[in-house]
Amino acid sequence: MKTVNQHSLPGPDDITRVILLNSITVLARTNFNSPSVVISGYLPCGSLFDTDEKLGLADFTASGLLRGSEKRNFQKIFDDLESAGANLSFSAGGHTAGFTGRCLSEDLPLLLDLLADALRRPVFPSEQVERLRAQTLTGLAIRAQDTAEMASLTFDQIVFDGHPYARPGDGWPDTIQAITRDDLADFHRIHYGPQGLVLAIVGAVDPKAIAGQVAKVLEDWTNPSQPEQPVLPELKSLKKTVTRKVKIPGKSQADLVIGTSGPRRKDPEFMPASLGNSVLGQFGMAGRIGEVVREKSGLAYYASSSLSAGVGPGAWDVSAGVSPGNVQKARDLICKEIERFVEKGVTVEELTDSQSNFVGRLPLSLESNAGVVNALLNIERFDLGLDYYHRYPDLVRAVTPENVLATACKYLHPDKLAVAIAGS
Amino acid sequence: MTKSYSEHLLANDLKVLLKEIHTAPLVSSWIWYRVGSRDETTGHTGISHWCEHMQFKGTPQFPSSVMDRAVSRNGGMWNAFTYLDWTTYFETMPTDKIDLGLHIEADRMVNSLFDEKEVASERTVIISEREGSENEPFFLLGEAVQNATFRVHPYHHEVIGDMPDLKFMSRDDLFDHYRTFYTPNNAVLSIAGDFKTSEMLARIRDLYEQIPASPTPPRISRPEPAACGEHQLTVEGPGETTYLDISYHAPSANDPDFFPVMVLDSLLSGPSSLNMFGGGGISNKTSRLYRSLVEKELAVSVGGGLAATADPFLYSVVITVHPKCKPDEALAAFDDEIKRIQDERIPVAEINRAIKQARALFAYGSENITNQAFWLGHAEMFAAYDWFLTYLEKLAAVTPADLQKAAQKYLRPQNRVVGTYIPTSAEVQS
Repeated sequence: MKTVNQHSLPGPDDITRVILLNSITVLARTNFNSPSVVISGYLPCGSLFDTDEKLGLADFTASGLLRGSEKRNFQKIFDDLESAGANLSFSAGGHTAGFTGRCLSEDLPLLLDLLADALRRPVFPSEQVERLRAQTLTGLAIRAQDTAEMASLTFDQIVFDGHPYARPGDGWPDTIQAITRDDLADFHRIHYGPQGLVLAIVGAVDPKAIAGQVAKVLEDWTNPSQPEQPVLPELKSLKKTVTRKVKIPGKSQADLVIGTSGPRRKDPEFMPASLGNSVLGQFGMAGRIGEVVREKSGLAYYASSSLSAGVGPGAWDVSAGVSPGNVQKARDLICKEIERFVEKGVTVEELTDSQSNFVGRLPLSLESNAGVVNALLNIERFDLGLDYYHRYPDLVRAVTPENVLATACKYLHPDKLAVAIAGS
Repeated sequence: MTKSYSEHLLANDLKVLLKEIHTAPLVSSWIWYRVGSRDETTGHTGISHWCEHMQFKGTPQFPSSVMDRAVSRNGGMWNAFTYLDWTTYFETMPTDKIDLGLHIEADRMVNSLFDEKEVASERTVIISEREGSENEPFFLLGEAVQNATFRVHPYHHEVIGDMPDLKFMSRDDLFDHYRTFYTPNNAVLSIAGDFKTSEMLARIRDLYEQIPASPTPPRISRPEPAACGEHQLTVEGPGETTYLDISYHAPSANDPDFFPVMVLDSLLSGPSSLNMFGGGGISNKTSRLYRSLVEKELAVSVGGGLAATADPFLYSVVITVHPKCKPDEALAAFDDEIKRIQDERIPVAEINRAIKQARALFAYGSENITNQAFWLGHAEMFAAYDWFLTYLEKLAAVTPADLQKAAQKYLRPQNRVVGTYIPTSAEVQS
């Protein structure tokens, strides 16, 4: 099996990790191969805090952070950013609001100042909020016409029924209409603060100086009102297969998503599930699913499986885009492959192939500043340890076919699947 | 980013460009063929793209499932793309595994099987790919505009091809296309990454030099005559959102006017990244069109783009119209902005800002070895690698007078097609 030169991978010897006085965690790694810097991070201000009536508030708030601050109006914010060839954006997921930005290294102080300004001092001007609302509503109208997005959204509603993960974080047209400018300001005032804020910086910078630069703009930030994260309810398992169709007239292709819930990122089953998922619908030209649905049957341009694992329960699903007349055929083929996967698991050869792929692709996934930033945030978010990427090859190789089969049997039940179909 | 690279011509006229970059233990190898949708005739549209798909269906030495499993097993990434002027295949692999990629590409330059059953299976896959595109209003509108913009030049059809041709083309049509265009003398091999040039060149000679050259493939030469008036069209389809696609005939990448138009695009709709991999973009909220359309609530978004092509193609601006606004109102505001850039001298500071943005985008793209190997070969498809190396200098040399002249020459109503996507407000039912 392939070996990896561990010196090229991020580890305790070249990751700087500093906790500021107000609890902000700063991670940094140097890369002088390009004169640029990537920053990215998150703080606990996601859509879990949204009420059903105002679903989308966390995302609306995150999107509004760059619409004007006490120091700069909208025009000034983007004039500063774009004149430097830099970018900065915010969005919210379920648990966290995230940000990501990039600039030439000479402009890092500017980017950090803009980031701090947006996080700490947004003013949500009414005119900008209304403009943003119109843009969001148009985005939702486009989403309603997108077969892949609607199938995915419907899948989440089935699998996570009764759980906050069933809700789309970007809301619905009526919930976006119900949100006021003051709601954004209140959400920001209550939830945004240094507790739980993690910031990673990678690029042509001195990591020792980074913490000081971040401290200069963020260390005096306090917010005693920051609440604890809501406790997630237990996820109810499906008792039988549930099928739901969304009719979108006039579409020449339908999308289907079939699957169930998966492990959390910190569960011991994550790595066996991840390798099993590779065999099922990722490896090569999309694993067994790609082979059966695309290569042998010619039914779809894309067909693959995915495993999304986060803080709470994840999703493990197979998706494909097919002609409306082939939906049932594709569904039957996919369900049969899931059955085979649960009954027989994976062969030693298949598992070895995917293990080689997982280990061998590390240099590629960690080549760019953005790739390393994501790795650092992954380490922090899931408490993996700074030496995670050094240990990673051994963690991958330790998985056996028996582990994969046991994991498949635990999560995938062929008679209790969620099936979502969107199309005309 | 290092500018150092070497160029070699093998005995069979295969051009090889090599660039050593030792920042990561990776090598990216790209083989480029001068064949794209512009090389297709009526009845055979989409054949270049379909050929690209068939290249993954195997040779006697590398049956289809063997190739992709081998690349994945070795931690590699591979893919292929078909465009107007070219088709390209790449592998980015750990340094000690790149030989696999070189070997696969040398083999499938001449030995692909084009098995009848595989052709039949891939026909429905490609039809499905086209159907997926037809779900998108932007595709439907863009295709109609492209058709209307080119009556004579073969840039007139989409790369995916027309449905009747996808249904009726035969295995022999595909194989003939392959045999005609997949020759070493019609190809460029570009490799960047962690290798020694002398060793890499020796290995390339071993694998590729014995492949015989063939007659130089023909290339359709039918220049598009000058347009003699604005063309407006509408496309109707499902949805609630109205879009505008305003496409002007634009200079080719090797025309000196390309650079002023590139700067015009940056000023009007924000800086465009030409990078295929890595880098990301820069927002466009201070661009002239964003200010005049989005901030005035005539549009919810606006974007523009100029493609680097061998022959003159298009400069396109796409506007997502505000739900409370009519497309004519957005178009009128767009035209006011075009008139302003044609009539008023542009401040040098605004040009310098565009250059800084381009410099940043270049830096972002240089983090990625795959992107560097991409550019090494891509530029050869319409000019030469020097085009890429001197790109920033050429942008920096653009003057306010150049910009005004280019705006007056290209951004005329007579030189454009305006397409409007009109939503038919189909209801979504659960």
